[in-house]
Amino acid sequence: MGTENIPSAIIQTAQSDFLINHGRANSLWPLTFGLACCAIEMMGAGASRFDLSRFGAEVFRPSPRQCDVMIVAGTISRKMYPAVKVLWDQMPEPKWVIAMGNCAISGGPFKFDGQYGIIEGADTFLPVDVYIPGCPPRPEALLEGIMELEERVCGMRRWPRVEPV
Amino acid sequence: MDVGVNLIQLAIYLGGFIGFAALNAAYLVWVERKGAARFQKRVGPKETGPFGLLQPPVDGIKLMTKQINIPEGVDKPLFILAPIISMVPAIMCFVTVPYSNSIVARDINIGLLLIFAFASVNILALMLAGWSSKNKYAVMSSARVVSQNIAYEIPMLVIAITIVMISGSLNLREIVDVQAGAFWNWNWLPFNGNFLGPITFILFYICSLAETNRAPFDLGECESELVAGFHTEYGGMGFGLFFMAEYANIVIGASLVTILFLGGWYSPLPESIPFLGASGIWWFFAKMYFLIWTVVWIRWTFPRMTVWGLLNLSWKILIPFSLFNLLASAGLLKFLG
Repeated sequence: MGTENIPSAIIQTAQSDFLINHGRANSLWPLTFGLACCAIEMMGAGASRFDLSRFGAEVFRPSPRQCDVMIVAGTISRKMYPAVKVLWDQMPEPKWVIAMGNCAISGGPFKFDGQYGIIEGADTFLPVDVYIPGCPPRPEALLEGIMELEERVCGMRRWPRVEPV
Repeated sequence: MDVGVNLIQLAIYLGGFIGFAALNAAYLVWVERKGAARFQKRVGPKETGPFGLLQPPVDGIKLMTKQINIPEGVDKPLFILAPIISMVPAIMCFVTVPYSNSIVARDINIGLLLIFAFASVNILALMLAGWSSKNKYAVMSSARVVSQNIAYEIPMLVIAITIVMISGSLNLREIVDVQAGAFWNWNWLPFNGNFLGPITFILFYICSLAETNRAPFDLGECESELVAGFHTEYGGMGFGLFFMAEYANIVIGASLVTILFLGGWYSPLPESIPFLGASGIWWFFAKMYFLIWTVVWIRWTFPRMTVWGLLNLSWKILIPFSLFNLLASAGLLKFLG
């Protein structure tokens, strides 16, 4: 964040905004929804070794009406594209998208001249907030992606960022 | 009694009950999530406040600030009304629950009947929610919920009649008073000529699990088949109210089992023992929260039943057993009591 130029409002709501944004950031409920092998890593992130629930993000809701974040975990085929679009449209605001894995970012290994079955990236039709590279990304990467999304929502990071050596 | 004093008392009880129900709903979700984590060798919510204790308020803020979304084509008045109909009777049930000898909002002589009357309104709310949503999964789920609740209402009432027969009153305070003394006077133990106590207790406990739509009987919100069940189309606080009502109903169910079988606010030890023998509201809460913990325990231990398995359990096992239990208890009372 920080790059947007938001004009100052007449009614200042900084305190309540702080509360609301932190509420939203700490209770990101994902949609129960996986498209390919990245979904297996997503399940791994929810299981006991990595434990997504530490951040309050383990409540995988089955209905899109109750979700906050859509984790596009896998290859979006042209046949699956309408279903993903409908699920996204059914989610109430505020909502976010995480594109998990190379297929959801750009089509990944399925992108070549003349291919006809794959949507080349979730950002061709969804406003993606966080990209998580990897094929598939490890559960730690998904956790980092969720913390990145939390930072985007409330402007504060939970732990210091780990710099690559 | 003075009208003014009466009104103030009413307002205090009303505020107290709504606060109690809301607090319980919020923190039972925390208990549930921590419990689930414990059973699955995880840590559970821990980053939000100490031990994740700020998780319920945070979730509440998020649910309340979520977009209010009424899908196109739903039956709008019913769609809005259903979560409220679900929540209000759950709070009404608290009115007759005696927490101790003196802490009871209304000491009515048909308290048990009143609780059953209000608790069954919850089914109506779930049915309306599914019906008004214009969603095939929600309609199927509400059909299931109604058949399940009707099936389990019968054995539950028959068992309640058994207990009423033993204690000779419909007043919840008097039902507890019959079990005064120590744990061998409690209704669930086979002493005092009440040999069928344990069977009655187990049947009632199973029925109360099914009545509150908890796992392994949570067919109303069967994710693998019915998306999210009757609240598929509800987001934000509409969904939040359904959840609060579910937890309030669990609290009511656990209080009812405590009152009918576990001696309410009476200590399990004889009064002659100095410290632990004293009776009071703390014993009520200790028993009630232990029962709630067993509900969480069962939820994360057993897989969900099938629909026909559930209905067979009620119509072929629980109802015959409870009727036999009623007759046998009557016979025992007649010849031994």
